[in-house]
Amino acid sequence: MAENAENIKVLICQGTGGLASGAKAVADAFEAEFKKHGVEAKVGKRCEVIGTGCRGLCANDVLVDVQLPGQEAVTYDFVTPELVTQIVEEHVLNNQVVEKKKAGPYYAKFLEKQQRIIFSRCGTVNAESLDDFLAHRGFEGIKKAVTMKPEEVIEEVKRSGLRGRGGGGFPTGVKWSFCKASPGKEKYLICNADEGDPGAFMDRSILEGDPYGLIEGMMIGAYAIGCTFGYVYCRAEYPLAIKRLQKAIDTCYEKGFLGKNAMGLGFDFDMRIKAGAGAFVCGEETALMASIEGQRGMSRPRPPFPAVRGLWGKPTNINNVETFANVSYIFYNGADWYSSIGTEGTKGTKIFALTGKVKHTGLVEVPAGTTMKEVIYDVCGGILNNRKFKAVQAGGPSGGCLPAEALDAQVDYDSLIKAGAMMGSGGLVVMDETTCMVDIARFFLNFTRVESCGKCIPCRIGLKIMLEILERICSGEGSEGDIELLQDMAYDIKKSSLCGLGQTAPNPVLSTIRYFRHEYEAHIKEKQCPSHSCKPLLKFEVIDNACKKCGLCFKVCPVDAVRWEKGQLAIIDKEKCTKCTSCYDACRFMAIE
Amino acid sequence: MSEVAEKVQEQEVDLTGANQVIDKYLDMHGALMPVLQEIQEVYGYIPEPTVHLVAERLNVYTSQIYGVLTFYAQFHLEPRGKYIVRVCMGTACHVKGAGRIADTLKERLGIGHAETTEDLKFTAEYVACIGACGMAPVIMVNDATYGSLSVQKMDDVIQKYMKMD
Repeated sequence: MAENAENIKVLICQGTGGLASGAKAVADAFEAEFKKHGVEAKVGKRCEVIGTGCRGLCANDVLVDVQLPGQEAVTYDFVTPELVTQIVEEHVLNNQVVEKKKAGPYYAKFLEKQQRIIFSRCGTVNAESLDDFLAHRGFEGIKKAVTMKPEEVIEEVKRSGLRGRGGGGFPTGVKWSFCKASPGKEKYLICNADEGDPGAFMDRSILEGDPYGLIEGMMIGAYAIGCTFGYVYCRAEYPLAIKRLQKAIDTCYEKGFLGKNAMGLGFDFDMRIKAGAGAFVCGEETALMASIEGQRGMSRPRPPFPAVRGLWGKPTNINNVETFANVSYIFYNGADWYSSIGTEGTKGTKIFALTGKVKHTGLVEVPAGTTMKEVIYDVCGGILNNRKFKAVQAGGPSGGCLPAEALDAQVDYDSLIKAGAMMGSGGLVVMDETTCMVDIARFFLNFTRVESCGKCIPCRIGLKIMLEILERICSGEGSEGDIELLQDMAYDIKKSSLCGLGQTAPNPVLSTIRYFRHEYEAHIKEKQCPSHSCKPLLKFEVIDNACKKCGLCFKVCPVDAVRWEKGQLAIIDKEKCTKCTSCYDACRFMAIE
Repeated sequence: MSEVAEKVQEQEVDLTGANQVIDKYLDMHGALMPVLQEIQEVYGYIPEPTVHLVAERLNVYTSQIYGVLTFYAQFHLEPRGKYIVRVCMGTACHVKGAGRIADTLKERLGIGHAETTEDLKFTAEYVACIGACGMAPVIMVNDATYGSLSVQKMDDVIQKYMKMD
């Protein structure tokens, strides 16, 4: 690291978010500018353009850090190739920071309440470089682990209090000890990277931004349990993540960090990526193993648990990406350090993916126990367009929607369950007053119905009937008693389904009924959608006394159905209107019905 | 089977590519899925003759192969367009108006979920989540991601690809 300190560094976020916003073009522009000005000769220092993983603040991509030797890095946001010329000429050549384009104070605020441990390498190192990884404590954890006995390694993880980050929250050390205790020489380790929850993308960012960190975590797990082969089951929808991880694995094999006598540490570990093929249910461990074996991804009853009879009938241990990433840090800093972070029941930090109607969407890593309010308002800047907060959906399709009253809930496993949601993989979708809760329940149920593997009847048929009821309500044809019927069915499905998918699928319906029953009633009794979001119940009329004559609706209408002149009320032409709801979303005064 | 598929199916399928894929995996545990995935990479979809070839050479029942093919969303039994437009239907995208984006696509190209235009240029797919929720609503055209879409921006993207070969 020391020999690099003299270099000029330009760090560019090249996760999926960055690349989608044009990070590649920005990187090319920097290279071109450096060449054009002959910066290396003029300043007398080497210039490096480094592609890093995601830095969390996806809403403001492309984020660029310019680091001159001996100075603190300066962050620019919304960087375009055109802006690069200015940054290079003023900042790099003349040491004048381009103040106007610097990321605003919200960037400091975004980072203030966070504690970025798992993400400490994401966004600061070149994700594809093994040298960078080694310079940032890489593989120190596994080196420390092999000095201990496998039993001691498991004990250390138990002592740290780490709980599985995939959603269930089962203590990781205890899980490992089950698999270790299973008889048999051949065992398997699986990393579950089938992040199917809509609204969550932290696993993807870890895979893209710190692939070596995952490999290290898996090596520690393999050493502790005594297995020699690991699979990473990754969604095929994540091509960049698969590419980066594959590259990291290949590099590790080349340098002897994986394979026979890995790193010269005296144990063997091989690993391979298995790309999924698009089935949400494969995130469930028994279905995931069936999928690796080349069968339909259907879950099976447990016991026997995977720790006893798993992949190919051998004892198998499955952990989530984020769990493995945590393991490395436990061994860098020790279990005592780790357990000093977080709350009584949930140790360490948790990464949340904040999306929806929130100002600064992105990935946030906070110590467990931070309240929901702090995460949404302090870290992520509150609600978009100054609208009113309505609910936050936590835990994906298997979680629940929490209303404003529950905002003081802490984000840890137990408090969330008490409030009627769950941690899940950590997706938080923020909703404002334009989101209809009945429609959201319908949306999740539609998702789980499509993704149900169909093996057990409650899930296959029960969810379909519930969905039909919700669709009826959304189109204004609901009838008395529907709410009670939904509740009855929900409890039955939860009780009698075979796997986690069916057992949790009715959760969004239950939690929306619990907190937003009045919206269901408005749909059924008054045939109205209070949030104006269910299309069949929408009128598309401008409310005269609410309209502020700003013309925003006029600007966004794709079919010119809105008539508006400066200082005049807007009028919607119903003949031309295609009911696309663009105007409704754009209006900041709720003036369209 | 759709008309498009029938037209293509009439042509002979060259099995060399499929054979090469199977050669690589002959003695691997659980080879079926990777084999099918790679065959799909070669042909763009899974042509019927390759299914029989896989059954014979890997010694699995054709019924098991079709079981797998129809279970997973990413296997395709019919030829697909040159540009695959994946419209993300995740929660974040839904809340921010993914339905509108899908409607625009349908209006401009006349294709809905899992449909292909007659000239084999576009295929539309509604997918669960592509993990770029920070920039919802999002679509992917082949490997390129387009985020923070509005109806207008979506239009521009479609126009761009329509002009390309």
